Amino acid sequence: MSLTTFIIVAVIKVALTLFILLTAVAYTVWLERKVVGRMQNRWGPTRVGPFGLLQPAADGVKFLFKEDLTPPYVYKPLYIAAPIIAVVCALTSIAVVPVGNWVTVAGVSTPLQITDVNIGLLVILGITSIGVYGVALSGWASNSKYSLLGGLRASAQMISYEIALGLSLVGVLILSGTFSLRGIVDAQAGHFWGFIPNWNIFRGCQFVAFFIYLMAAYAETNRIPFDLPEAETELVAGYHTEYSAMKFAMFFMAEYANMITVACIASLLFLGGWHGPLFGPPILQAILPVLWFVLRVVAFLFVYIWVRGTLPRFRYDQLMAFGWKFLLPLAIANLVITALVVALRA
Amino acid sequence: MLHLILFSVFGLICVAGAVNLLVQSHPINSALSLVVVMGSLAVEYLLLGAEFVAAVQVIVYAGAVMVLFVFVIMLLNAGAEEHTKGSIIALALGVPGMLIAAILIAWVLVTKSGIHPLSLNALPGHPKDIAQLLFHDFLLPFEVTSILVLIAIMGSVVLASRPEAIEHSKKES
Repeated sequence: MSLTTFIIVAVIKVALTLFILLTAVAYTVWLERKVVGRMQNRWGPTRVGPFGLLQPAADGVKFLFKEDLTPPYVYKPLYIAAPIIAVVCALTSIAVVPVGNWVTVAGVSTPLQITDVNIGLLVILGITSIGVYGVALSGWASNSKYSLLGGLRASAQMISYEIALGLSLVGVLILSGTFSLRGIVDAQAGHFWGFIPNWNIFRGCQFVAFFIYLMAAYAETNRIPFDLPEAETELVAGYHTEYSAMKFAMFFMAEYANMITVACIASLLFLGGWHGPLFGPPILQAILPVLWFVLRVVAFLFVYIWVRGTLPRFRYDQLMAFGWKFLLPLAIANLVITALVVALRA
Repeated sequence: MLHLILFSVFGLICVAGAVNLLVQSHPINSALSLVVVMGSLAVEYLLLGAEFVAAVQVIVYAGAVMVLFVFVIMLLNAGAEEHTKGSIIALALGVPGMLIAAILIAWVLVTKSGIHPLSLNALPGHPKDIAQLLFHDFLLPFEVTSILVLIAIMGSVVLASRPEAIEHSKKES
């Protein structure tokens, strides 16, 4: 591939991925409002468009035209930088996520992902750990008690649960022997005993790791039942209390983009990525893997919303005790057992 | 060529971050400059072909360690420092001393090891090579270091815990 083709393909892929991700973020919000509405015996958004489908567009326009208020006595450079850090980190990590096989369009063959790096998983973990600064700094720079408490809670919680999250992924890494997300998915192809798919959650018995990942991911993305950084009964709105208009929307986008990334990683590492039954004409065979992948991601997001509609919020000491005294030992036990099994099998 | 330009640019950013760290009067700005230093060091590792080390540098230093720094500064709500003029002795001896040390180190490195360009993947950088070195060739030093770190953690827990609080909780239970 020549340099010019490479640049053209890269630009197209980046633009397309960003467009799809931002649309997905907007419609995850719509899905959440709709599903939680039905769970609470309400309708959710119905006024704008059929089934309220144009509600995200209306919300976007509203955010753009709202007054962008900067409270006095904030530390301005960091107050402005914080939401930018949060949203940039949330949108960047999608760059290494593969969504399907290689495709060939007009003689140019390319993987369905912006770039395939051999340390893909570590890149995502690194970007996520930088994303903590967005939340922590917004809390500090706002010069408000509620924001500061929210920022402190968020950074303590994210550091604590990142350890359990990282350890729950190591089992999968031992089984597949690579950091490349594409490599991990390729290792999960095929079936065993004739019908059960070779996903890590079944084949490698990583269901314990999957549930550790699930719970740690809820804490990492500050979602119910671990949404203490923005607990509205205690802290008004936590770290983004003092933000309005587009700056608030950036935190909002970051939260939902992070949810989507988390869902993508869960599908790639535990649920077999884009593997699924392939049939029909070649064009359908090219589209089906992407469809299977999107189905998994949407299912994972639905569980997120379901949990939000079901569970009450934890108390802060319960949250810390749960992370350090239950999830972390469990993750280490899972890691040791997986390592032993792999070593004995070899 | 592109490699050299990028390497020099991020080297400059790294040094600028380090200088900014000393110049800034507010602790949180200093901590964030240190994040910039760590981040640009990670890019330097990446340019040298050590992707794994670069990723770990970002996750451990720029991510975990520096977030704890910022966390503590936020928790103590530390304000801007007062700048003193500094002692004349430190200025008179420190600056020449630092210059001499830097020149000495550079001279030793250049004359003893020589400057010969290495190809990108000449040095171990793949996770498998690093694991082989850490958990096989240098297993004993690695384990000794981990025990040292464990002792340090336990020591800090002992220092941080207040004896009266432990007595109190014992009485209650």
